[in-house]
Amino acid sequence: MTIPTKKKMAPAASKLYADDVSLLMVLIDTNPFFWNSINTSLSFSKFISNVLAFLNSILLLNQLNQVVVIATGYNSCDYIFDSSALQNHNQKGESLLQKLEEFVDKDESLCRDDSVDGPGFSLLSGSLSMALCYIQKVFRSGPLHPRPRILCLHGSPDGPGQYVAIMNAIFSAQRSMVPIDSCIIGAQHSAFLQQASYITSGIYLKPQLLDGLFQYLTTVFATDLHSRSFLQLPKPVGVDFRAACFCHKNTIDMGYICSVCLSIFCKHHKKCSTCGSVFGQAQTQDSSTPDRKRKTSVDN
Amino acid sequence: MYSLLVPSFCAINKLSSALFQGGNYIFEFDSFADRDICREFVAAAIAFHGETGKSTSEKPAAALQDEQLSTAEMEHRIKLLQEDNELQRLHKQFVIGGILTEAEFWATRKKLLDQNDRRKPKQRVALKNEMWSVKPLSDGQSNRVTFNLTPEIIHQIFAEKPAVRQAYLKFVPNKMSEKEFWTKYSRAEYLHSTKNVVAAAAEAAEDEELAVFLKQDDMLTNEARRKIRRVDPTLDMEADVGDDYMHLPDHGLLREESKDVLDSQYEPYRRYFSQDLNQHAAVVLQGRVVDVELGDTRSVAEALARTKQAELANEVSDGNLEKDLSHRISRVAEIEDLQGPRDLAVAPLCIKDPRDYFDSQQANALKPLGDAGSGVKTLKFNVSSVEAYGSLRELISEIRVTGLSEPITDPEVAFKVLSGLTQNISSTKYHLGKSPHESILDSLPKVTKEDLLHHWTSIQELLKHFWSSYPITTKYLYTKVTRLKDAMSQVYPKLQVHFVLLDNYNCFLYNGLPTCVYNFSCIFSLNSRKLRNLCSQISGIKFPYLSNQCFRL
Repeated sequence: MTIPTKKKMAPAASKLYADDVSLLMVLIDTNPFFWNSINTSLSFSKFISNVLAFLNSILLLNQLNQVVVIATGYNSCDYIFDSSALQNHNQKGESLLQKLEEFVDKDESLCRDDSVDGPGFSLLSGSLSMALCYIQKVFRSGPLHPRPRILCLHGSPDGPGQYVAIMNAIFSAQRSMVPIDSCIIGAQHSAFLQQASYITSGIYLKPQLLDGLFQYLTTVFATDLHSRSFLQLPKPVGVDFRAACFCHKNTIDMGYICSVCLSIFCKHHKKCSTCGSVFGQAQTQDSSTPDRKRKTSVDN
Repeated sequence: MYSLLVPSFCAINKLSSALFQGGNYIFEFDSFADRDICREFVAAAIAFHGETGKSTSEKPAAALQDEQLSTAEMEHRIKLLQEDNELQRLHKQFVIGGILTEAEFWATRKKLLDQNDRRKPKQRVALKNEMWSVKPLSDGQSNRVTFNLTPEIIHQIFAEKPAVRQAYLKFVPNKMSEKEFWTKYSRAEYLHSTKNVVAAAAEAAEDEELAVFLKQDDMLTNEARRKIRRVDPTLDMEADVGDDYMHLPDHGLLREESKDVLDSQYEPYRRYFSQDLNQHAAVVLQGRVVDVELGDTRSVAEALARTKQAELANEVSDGNLEKDLSHRISRVAEIEDLQGPRDLAVAPLCIKDPRDYFDSQQANALKPLGDAGSGVKTLKFNVSSVEAYGSLRELISEIRVTGLSEPITDPEVAFKVLSGLTQNISSTKYHLGKSPHESILDSLPKVTKEDLLHHWTSIQELLKHFWSSYPITTKYLYTKVTRLKDAMSQVYPKLQVHFVLLDNYNCFLYNGLPTCVYNFSCIFSLNSRKLRNLCSQISGIKFPYLSNQCFRL
């Protein structure tokens, strides 16, 4: 049984919780295929050490700050660190690394592919959902709680199969007013996380110099939600709003949309696979070329 | 001079085109109805076209005569255009400018046309709040008192005094004419105003019909009794400062009744001011219950009677009232301590106005077409899972052994990062605004912003029509497409003007340009070779620096 290490405060406690106390959920990408395939100067060990230093600095900013770390693996996700559940404050780093090793072992045991081409996809949707569940638990723990936010340290490419789940998680975060910050350590931009940060008013950043990752983390991502109202933080130039089709999970620009449930398809279907509604025939008088794509979106 | 015997639509067309060539016209009509129809139409047409004062008479007349529209349709369209500025601009630009025909323009807006046909004016006129609107005019010389009864007043009388209404329905036109009826009513009102209860009783004893007006209204008392039974028990009757019973007897109203105790035979003829006031207030607050023409008194009376009966029937048959009341009681009388936790605060999901997405498409516009990501590519090679996990584990144990390094980052690298970030943030602050949801559009002067957004919507409109005409099979479609192409190519110089004007602002406005151009480049980013060839044949649009991008496929 864990004993929470929160101190009992005087009746002025509500004031403390209102301002800059934060609960930071950090989702680190531990996809081994990704870490194996990158050829930049950031190795996994350097990455973890930067992250550990960053977590220490977050906990130093305010006594009541909480940090929870979730590892996003190739086959599974799990909590590997919870600052509010710790007995001995001096052993934070040790326990995190210990749990991380155990997680990697478990993830390997669940692996069914013998070999993978390229970086592969990590289970971002799973870890986002776990983070949101933890946050909901904190919301229901009482009237006083720190203000939560999510930080994704992500490098693997976007898995199109997770589009629907990630979008659902994003809307749920938007509804609970939880910002999702993204720090991309991989080679290419992530359309899903761009949308996530845009919709939930979080920060999206792809650092140019990965050597100085710690500096990026402390300058940009350590800011709590109260301070964001008067601090200038980097803003991306634009957001890639392209969707992935529901049938093949390809990213598409133009496609067909079911007018009942708004699911997106890249080719003409007779029936919607999500809601089951049957589509009528398109009314063209002349024969149309079969590979022509027409946007049938609901009016703008 | 035009004389209209029967306003026909063609005549009205000629009229509208003639009107906008300037000059004054005098019209002769045979009947008031004709004149009214024509006047409404002309007023609407003038209001619609009168702002610019330009004379573009030929095209609209020609366009309008192509279809057979009813007057109502025309008026409806004009009303729609008057209400929506954006729509009016588009209409003026395309239909009056000859790029689209009227039919084509409205073809995509059938929803608008259908929906608003059945709309009634939003505001309804309420009842007047004057209690003594029937003020007698008396000249001091003769003994005559004149009452003026307008249909509006009659309507209000019927609404407030159901006995009078019932009497009207019963007596007129069988027992007496309308004029006699109202004369008797006025006499009764006069008697009441003298506050001479004895005299009122005397006259009532003589005249049976007059007695109806003088006695207390039974129907009203019944209604009041019914209403009291249905009062919501959860009504908050807490007294506040305005309910001062100690220092303001009778709520500050002067009691107008005499304190004499009268014989019981005079009781029915007594009028109570507070009762009158309450009834009047209730009727006014209820508003107009019936929507009948006020001219015909009888129909008003009947309509009101019918409404009252319907209400009564509803009340009787409404068994749910008890259940509703008990629900409400249980909800209001709840004890807070015993309640479960409430729902958490949530932000509502909102589907945004598409105009907000105008500048978030910049990234797509600035990217060269056909390119997926950044320049750096990861090498795709095959890795066995054992190897991958193994190397990961090694790295983790490496950290455990070595621990955190000191310093965690090289100071020079850290400084470079910090200065890079600072520069990035300060530059985007001027170009893109402070928050993720602020746009460059907001930093522009309002006129420019409106203009740009208008160009954007007009280009979208043109593109919609352009694409709907493919494949081109008839000559009509061909001419239409050519027309649209010409119109689109004219937008570019207009945008250029903006850039020149805004150079002084020093904001990099071509952030806005690529978005418009992106829409154009949508035309060309096609996979179909046939369409591409067709485009190159008819387009010949020369875009200043985009031509190499356009035909890259």
